[in-house]
Amino acid sequence: MADNSRRDFMGKVFGGWAALGGLGALYAAKKTWDPLPSVKAAGFTKVDLSAAEPNVLNVEKWRGKPIFILKKTPEMVANQTDEETARDVIVGNDHFLICIGLCTHLGCIPAYRPDKHDFKCACHGGEFNASAINTAPPPPSPMVIPPFRLDGTTIILGEEGPEYKKMKEAGVIA
Amino acid sequence: MAHFEKARNLEEWLDQRLAIKTLRRVLAEEYWIPKNINFLWAMGMVLAITFGILLVSGIFLLMYYQPNIETAFDSVNYTIMQEVEFGWLWRHMHAVAASVVFLIIYIHMFTGIYYGSYKKGRELIWISGMLLFVTFSAEAFSGYMLPWGQMSYWAGMVITNLFSLGSLEFNGLVEWIRGDYVPGQAFLTRFFMLHVLLLPLAIIGLIGLHFGTLRIPHVNNQDGEEIDFDEEAKKYLAGNKKEAKVIRFQPDFLSKDMFVVSIFLIFYFYLVFWHFDFAMDPINFDPADGLKTPPHIYPEWYFLWSYEILRPFPKDPGLIAFGFAQVIFFFLPFLDKSPNVAPASRRGMFKVWFWVMLVDMIVLTVMGKLPPQGIYSSIGFVAAVIFIGLWIVLPIITKKEKAV
Repeated sequence: MADNSRRDFMGKVFGGWAALGGLGALYAAKKTWDPLPSVKAAGFTKVDLSAAEPNVLNVEKWRGKPIFILKKTPEMVANQTDEETARDVIVGNDHFLICIGLCTHLGCIPAYRPDKHDFKCACHGGEFNASAINTAPPPPSPMVIPPFRLDGTTIILGEEGPEYKKMKEAGVIA
Repeated sequence: MAHFEKARNLEEWLDQRLAIKTLRRVLAEEYWIPKNINFLWAMGMVLAITFGILLVSGIFLLMYYQPNIETAFDSVNYTIMQEVEFGWLWRHMHAVAASVVFLIIYIHMFTGIYYGSYKKGRELIWISGMLLFVTFSAEAFSGYMLPWGQMSYWAGMVITNLFSLGSLEFNGLVEWIRGDYVPGQAFLTRFFMLHVLLLPLAIIGLIGLHFGTLRIPHVNNQDGEEIDFDEEAKKYLAGNKKEAKVIRFQPDFLSKDMFVVSIFLIFYFYLVFWHFDFAMDPINFDPADGLKTPPHIYPEWYFLWSYEILRPFPKDPGLIAFGFAQVIFFFLPFLDKSPNVAPASRRGMFKVWFWVMLVDMIVLTVMGKLPPQGIYSSIGFVAAVIFIGLWIVLPIITKKEKAV
């Protein structure tokens, strides 16, 4: 065999630089697929809660996702457990359910059944009660409560206020 | 410079520069196919032709389609369907071919399973074929996003959510795939790119690989007989065509192939002109709406069996079962422990295994279409458990199988 050490050396140098360039390109490709800043800054949604009717589901949009806002009737509040009450957003004397309206199974939007005070997901048959806690499988967890801050009767979605932080500490967000 | 004689005609001129006569001989005239086969061996050519139809009809659709969340729906349902002359033809050809291509893929796969055409040197044929199945599935899914109707949107939502991997909650990965919190413009444009460029390129490359894997082991035959192709080819070329167990790929086998292709095309164009609606879900004629889930979400028929394996279980076990169903067919050549290359009918317990698997997948497909309630849920659950169980028993029953 002829002495190929110089060819080998050049091959290794080329290979090394090519691998480095390949890694750089992979990093750039990964970042290219990230959500754009304009998408991330899709901002904050303000909702006035004072106009809500009891037992009527309002659906708002926040970062492209549906947000369920349900004002509970006094009977519903009286009949619910502490675990459920811990998830309520309380404005004055009114109790609200506020959550991201996506089934925690695969992200379909469950429908509210006012007569039964619960949510039913048509995709795979999952059910949630009026506090968005899962009561029938397949969803493995309650619907998620989005970050919020209260300002009088207005709720700002996307900001973490003291009430949200309290819920987070109590571990009832999701 | 190499020496060139003056050519007498175009063929010779090309042959001097490209060796086309050698190419034709090696790739077609002396590529040997066993005589002992039936019409099921023509499915590969049917698939190649269907892919060609998808490519050509897709090119025409691409001239008017707009990958923009505001205009995509109308560019398909108004511009292509109503304004463009014969736009409806390309769309219906594309949609029907996308659906029937899976019917043929499944027939092609089950033919291979039945005759044992995945072992003793044919493992790579099977594996490259499964890679084609996966890329075709991705191609079908990405194409389904493009009309941006309700089913497009919600199928996109549900399928990309699978990548959160259940309780692992990889939401960052889901958002990275979508380029947004929910399917939006970034999502539509990147799936458009995948559908019209990256995946078709991968498919064309894989088809080349699939053909390549076939070259050395050759195609199987109805008895799984080991043929000495060199010996049989000699007989054929010596003029002893009657005794030779093989025929040329071109023109002998291809003429039979094209006969089956013709029958298929009659069926296909019948669907295109009179029953295109089966490939057109009515719900997808509503524009995408991120705030309204359709009451019942189901995939196209060819994904129903794996969807039904996901559905009857709780979230995490369901995902594991679904992942299992997606990859397990790849391992067939290694899970089948029997050295027999023979039709399933001569392989004892494997015969039962084959037919139970086929029926089970049809049951899963039917249950996947029905709403997930009551008895349907139970049947779906049992069928999903049987599917997994069949793969667990496969190595055991094939290990015990007697040599034939």
